[in-house]
Amino acid sequence: MTKPIIQFENVSKRFGKVSAVDNVSLTINEGEFFSLLGPSGCGKTTLLRMLAGFEMPTEGRVMIDGKDMSTTAPNLRPVNMVFQSYAVFPHMTVLDNVAYGLKMDGVPGDERRRRAEEALELVKLGGFGPRKPDQMSGGQRQRVALARALVKKPRVLLLDEPLSALDAKLRDQMRTELTTLQEKVGITFIMVTHDQDEALAMATRCAVMNRGLLQQVASPSDLYEFPNSRFVADFIGSVNMFEGTLDVDEPDHAIINTKDVGPIYLDHGVTGATGTTVWAAVRPEKIEMHKRTDKPPKVEDAPEGYNVIAGVVKHLVYLGSETIFEVEINGGSLVKVVRPNLTRWDQEDFTWDEKVWLSFHACSPAVLLS
Amino acid sequence: MSQSPSRKLPPAPLEYLRRWPIQLSLVVVAIFLYAPLLTMMLFSFNDDRSITQWSGFSLKYYKQAFQNESLIIAFMNSLTIAFFSTLISLVVGAMAAIVLWRFRFGGKTLFDGTMAVPIVVPEICLGVGMLVFFAKVLPWPQGLPWPLNLGAIIIAHVSFSFPFVAVVVRARLGSFNRELEEAAKDLGASDFRALMDVVIPHIQPSLIAGALLAFTLSLDDFVITFFTAGPDTVTFPVKVYSMVRFSVTPEVNAASTILIVVTVLLTFLALKFQGSSALTAGHDGGAGEKK
Repeated sequence: MTKPIIQFENVSKRFGKVSAVDNVSLTINEGEFFSLLGPSGCGKTTLLRMLAGFEMPTEGRVMIDGKDMSTTAPNLRPVNMVFQSYAVFPHMTVLDNVAYGLKMDGVPGDERRRRAEEALELVKLGGFGPRKPDQMSGGQRQRVALARALVKKPRVLLLDEPLSALDAKLRDQMRTELTTLQEKVGITFIMVTHDQDEALAMATRCAVMNRGLLQQVASPSDLYEFPNSRFVADFIGSVNMFEGTLDVDEPDHAIINTKDVGPIYLDHGVTGATGTTVWAAVRPEKIEMHKRTDKPPKVEDAPEGYNVIAGVVKHLVYLGSETIFEVEINGGSLVKVVRPNLTRWDQEDFTWDEKVWLSFHACSPAVLLS
Repeated sequence: MSQSPSRKLPPAPLEYLRRWPIQLSLVVVAIFLYAPLLTMMLFSFNDDRSITQWSGFSLKYYKQAFQNESLIIAFMNSLTIAFFSTLISLVVGAMAAIVLWRFRFGGKTLFDGTMAVPIVVPEICLGVGMLVFFAKVLPWPQGLPWPLNLGAIIIAHVSFSFPFVAVVVRARLGSFNRELEEAAKDLGASDFRALMDVVIPHIQPSLIAGALLAFTLSLDDFVITFFTAGPDTVTFPVKVYSMVRFSVTPEVNAASTILIVVTVLLTFLALKFQGSSALTAGHDGGAGEKK
């Protein structure tokens, strides 16, 4: 089942003195919907272009289907690409666009036409063959680009920011369609994106990159719940980061002493030396908010296994489905809390300058060593 | 657009054409530019030999011009030279443009700069240079059969027209989406196929515009041709010049009018192709062309 189809072996790419990709080793398996995720300039596009053959690695090897293809020309590789601008040939009809790759392969005319029409059917563009690209919308042109790449039955389909040029509604629709399409054709998809939502929603596995380095390779939920660095925690979703020193580290619990919120209790051990600086990352939706009276809190009032912090609501953003609160805590810094509006009156529960308790479970913080 | 004609609004801030000083300057400019040409064209239809006294409409000087064998030969020479120099300029110019756009290489800036030299250097200098070149370095043999006897002039014309082609083509290449070429290669096209299938169709309007530009440049060039032409290779502008030296006749007017019409027509076509290419560059959506 997990047969590797793409292998980067210690791949580096430098443009002059700038290092775009720095010693990346990565294996992608057959049938995966793999996503390369990172901020712009992180090297994800360079990595994709090395797969397509438009860039050659300065060091290391790129293996496709077990063969070293580091220096193979793009037209001789068993991969096809959907470009960010779609790159649909403007002077050809839609059918000619889709049939172009087959023509290059020397497929005879009749078969070429049949297969191109099949591919158009696959992306729900049946009957659009005689049209010119400038008579089609952005979404339709993207489907043409998809059909054109898929018609050659590549081993791997490369997608460069496929949804970035579409409007929000269409983007949501295409997300689902792309994943369904991938299941249908069974081809390995590799997608480059800077949009974390897109990566989480579509990919079976993601690689997060930053400054040419591979930060973490994991499933979407692991990336979100178990980030391995401050960069990943911060890049995927939003997060509250508390810096502190690791005071106690036992197999069944640990305590981080933070400057901002005092000790944070964890119900699991941490793989770190006591006394070192660590960061506790807590997602805003994992923090609960309660009303607070002037009475000083008693330790035994806190629910068991929870960390409790006192604070005051400073900002409030009502988003309909949820409300985002920014709560000032004793240290003066702001903690972000997301609260779903479960009933129609929930949004009125808390208001500006209201005193609140914040609580989060001892298993909620992700402890980051870097 | 469709406001009632009865109500006249004062000119809007940017409606310069509705202010009288601008209108006046436009009229003055138009007179300075076109009055001499129009006078010349008008008197080509004069019935009288005089070119200052209008005596009636006639086409007889056109007839005369068409019967003047040496003038016809000169005209044919000009067309032949223009044809070959356009063909060569087009290929060389397009290749230069593509090389400068596509590749990085040592001395690229220098190459880019030297290519513009024929555009900026005064024609007379280029003419003298050609004269010396064809006298000392590459003496073009005399008495060759037509059209080989025109070789020197063709070479000279190519040297000053191909940079114009290169400039036009390069401007068009600037709007080319490189992902198109990459897409072609990704789909299995070799470098050459990608060039022919994707790049050439994109720059086609600029190739036509550049060719027409090169054609008109060659057709009405006098200075450089004058210095490179041998005694048996007279072109149309050179012939007209020699006719004018004796006397200005309506026949010269008629011949010049024909040349103006040909040149204007070609320039108009060139601008039209360039214009349409500028309009469609980077344009997406909208009303597509019908088949």
